[in-house]
Amino acid sequence: MDQLMADLKRQIIAQLNLKDLKPEDIGDDQPLFVEGLGLDSIDALELIVLLQQEYKIRLASADDGPKVFRTVRTMAEYIKEHQPA
Amino acid sequence: MVRRGRVYKDGALRHEVHARTARAFLEEVYAAETISYPKFYKMDPLSQLGFLATELLLEGTPLADVRGAAPGIGASAALGPEDVGVILANTNASLDTDVRYYRTVAEMPSPALFVYTLPNIVIGEICIRHGFKGENAFFVFKAFHATFITQYVQGLFAAGLVKACVCGWVEVLDNDYDAALFLVEETGTTPFTAENLKKIYDRPWTN
Repeated sequence: MDQLMADLKRQIIAQLNLKDLKPEDIGDDQPLFVEGLGLDSIDALELIVLLQQEYKIRLASADDGPKVFRTVRTMAEYIKEHQPA
Repeated sequence: MVRRGRVYKDGALRHEVHARTARAFLEEVYAAETISYPKFYKMDPLSQLGFLATELLLEGTPLADVRGAAPGIGASAALGPEDVGVILANTNASLDTDVRYYRTVAEMPSPALFVYTLPNIVIGEICIRHGFKGENAFFVFKAFHATFITQYVQGLFAAGLVKACVCGWVEVLDNDYDAALFLVEETGTTPFTAENLKKIYDRPWTN
């Protein structure tokens, strides 16, 4: 799980062009949107692309987005549950 | 003015940077200016160029103070958000980003690139940064068209639609880039004429 979260932090920075951030700047349980990293709706779409490109996972429902993309940990948990064998 | 690895402010050389790509050049200038605006890195090169050129253009003017001073805009109590317009033009619209977006379509279309596939997005980025809400438009011409820009902006002033206007040229295609921005005000010291615009745009030492 720790390795997956570390990978996700690197991938989020690369995918979203967060060049002023380092992986260690992102907390495992830090909110990604609004008061946390301040990501916006376009970033949410890029995170969906990231899941598809890197982990071959499609969100089952758009309604799941806020729950899945709440923090790096919730993303990692979703990936663990849904990653193809 | 920004072109060929150089950045000029009021005719004086401000930066000279040797970089392999337009994006690398723009991000080096951004870093050298010590601006803190994380969204800069998410912008496409056209928006980065317009954003940087506007930062330099407005430096030292009341409009540069992005913190604002209610009820006016910036540090100017005389200008409201609706009083400041942005009128820009170029030759290739958003083609630079259109091509990069098109390349992503076959595999996974990029939402972050898609939002920059219109040339007027650079105006939006400038307006968000500075809180401008006045008239804005983006035009496409074969080459820098001083006559059109002056006539259009003069029309906005004559109609009472703006009291200040950022206008000029912002062009990026592959690794070629060219920006020449002007701040037009009712109290300006240099006459706002097509001849003066062209003279500034064609300054020999910048070409």
